Amino acid sequence: MVEAKTEVIYQRPESFTDVHTHYCPGCTHGVAHRLVAEVIDEMGLREKTIGVAPVGCSVFAYNYFEMDFVEAAHGRAPAMATGIKRVLPDNTVFTYQGDGDLASIGIAEIMHAAGRGENLTVIFINNAIYGMTGGQMAPTTLPGMKTTSSPYGRDVELAGYPLKMAELLAQMEGSGYIVRRSLHDASNIRKAKKAIRLAFEAQERGLGFSMVELLSSCPTNWSMSAQEALGFVEEKMLPVYPLGDYKVTPALQELRV
Amino acid sequence: MAKELLKGNEAFAEAAIRAGVEAFFGYPITPSTEFLEHMARRMPKLGRAFVQAESEVAAINMVYGAACTGKRVMTASSSPGVSLMMEGISYIAGTEVPAVIVNVMRGGPGLGNIAPSQGDYYQMIKGGGHGDYFPIVLAPATVQEAVDYISLAFDLAEKYLSIVHVVVDGNMGQMMEPAELPPMREISDEIPEWAVRGAKDRDPNILTSIYIDPEDEEITNLRLLRRWKEVEKNEVRFQEYQMDNPEILVIGFGTAGRVASSAVRDARAEGIPVGLLRPITLAPFPEGRLEELCDQVQRILVVEMNSGMMLDDVQKIVKGKVPVEFYGRLGGVTPLPDEILDEIRRVSKNEGEISGDPRDEWMDRLEKMRTGDQ
Ligand SMILES: Cc1ncc(C[n+]2csc(CCOP(=O)(O)OP(=O)(O)O)c2C)c(N)n1
Ligand code: SF4
Repeated sequence: MVEAKTEVIYQRPESFTDVHTHYCPGCTHGVAHRLVAEVIDEMGLREKTIGVAPVGCSVFAYNYFEMDFVEAAHGRAPAMATGIKRVLPDNTVFTYQGDGDLASIGIAEIMHAAGRGENLTVIFINNAIYGMTGGQMAPTTLPGMKTTSSPYGRDVELAGYPLKMAELLAQMEGSGYIVRRSLHDASNIRKAKKAIRLAFEAQERGLGFSMVELLSSCPTNWSMSAQEALGFVEEKMLPVYPLGDYKVTPALQELRV
Repeated sequence: MAKELLKGNEAFAEAAIRAGVEAFFGYPITPSTEFLEHMARRMPKLGRAFVQAESEVAAINMVYGAACTGKRVMTASSSPGVSLMMEGISYIAGTEVPAVIVNVMRGGPGLGNIAPSQGDYYQMIKGGGHGDYFPIVLAPATVQEAVDYISLAFDLAEKYLSIVHVVVDGNMGQMMEPAELPPMREISDEIPEWAVRGAKDRDPNILTSIYIDPEDEEITNLRLLRRWKEVEKNEVRFQEYQMDNPEILVIGFGTAGRVASSAVRDARAEGIPVGLLRPITLAPFPEGRLEELCDQVQRILVVEMNSGMMLDDVQKIVKGKVPVEFYGRLGGVTPLPDEILDEIRRVSKNEGEISGDPRDEWMDRLEKMRTGDQ
């Protein structure tokens, strides 16, 4: 008799807790969480990782990661992460932030964390809206896009233009790895995971500040079905926020993961 | 160890280093900047963390992060900078992690000036940040006392998982004074069980100030209050001077208390039976002691470098049992010993009740004195 071999090909990452998330159906926060957890598992970093959760829909991120976590004030995650990393330089420290958190109230903290070349990894969820507070305009809201605080569509004359954080942060000499990816389909999700891996590799190698911007969906506040929302990311967001590698420090370019 | 002639801010910073502070995060602001500069010189050489942050907002959030690792951590600033820190201070209080904040107070409100003041009394003592929490507030009056109490501040912060504010004013930050520094303390390698250091061989630690269910927040608020009651019971500190049967009690903290002590000495020399109560912990306030003294003295004079903020607390404790008078200088003006001596003389002759707010008469006197000045 031939013994049947069972092989596990897909399971919950160890870095993930076994609970249901509070995210809306079709929200890409869950996808982003899973990618981070998989990368941390693959790199064997769980036991030395400290996550920093933001204020935003992912305020409870710490409930979903099986690792030490702190919860920052709105926008201050990079400062808090700096405090942790400076006293625990051998630990892995990452922040997980939305676009209101990172690109509006916390823009000083993120720019200076990059400017100082803090050896941190930032996972940046750009969903072009304030999710948690019910769909107000974010600094990343597209021109013309309707939100509860831009009910006639974002008028760039009055409310300015979208902030392109990957492009901005790539200007910083302290940045080691700055890329933009998208979560709107399977092949992009695979690329996003690879980028997250490289971002953590950058940190482990002491190559400076790393950020992965992830174009994400908020079906609830965009008033769309999950599927429509992914289409919106592809059709409307990609032209404003081109995917790409904005800064990859030479030491990382050679790395194959 | 021998006494050295030290500038206040540098002595405080060195005291923190000797007490084992492992990280300092700050932003320059007069009159506290030498604190940060001393840290910038010393901390990297000792292999400890120093960051000049992009703002006080960032500085306090770096303190917050580092505090979550269970290491000794602090910042120092002055009034406008401390205002910016209030967000982070509230989060630290809500997360119940220890941190020490030194405020070298200056004249305000607004940009005010860089002269010494005690105008942040309410902000520091009553909380300042949002929500229900109780900071411990130490108010030393000499460089030596500040050096001693900075080390105590860390111990208290850790014991009660609390914010500890050390409030001094620009006089003390800038003044050169002989002081004896403590020996260098070994950095503790004890890791508090709540600290985030990586979840190795244990369940994850999560440090947060969010309690989304009001019931849980209520439990937390109650825990903070219970802890505060312990602080009130155990940690009251004050100093008394010339307390041999005083009929008049002067109350002042920090520099105002120190200047008042010279005036009290001179008044005693004139035969006026006056003594001084100088609270060292403004929070918890030496309430029990003041209550006792109410039965012994006939009149109280509160001296401050603000518009009578501690006065409110004193009146709350005295409950009208003894007439309370007030003398203050404002806006960064430090009172001279002679001014307070004059006040003590005046009070010693004044036997009537005080009708209404003691500030009313003081304002008239101050305005008259100021026009006389010119
Ligand atoms: C100081 C402060 N200001 C405002 C808020 C309210 N607030 C909570 S979340 C949020 C925006 C979150 O949006 P984003 O960062 O884009 O994250 P998302 O919810 O979309 O994931 C705001 C304004 C707050 N918590 N704190
Ligand atoms: S509101 Fe938007 S961002 Fe927040 S969980 Fe729902 S879909 Fe996701």
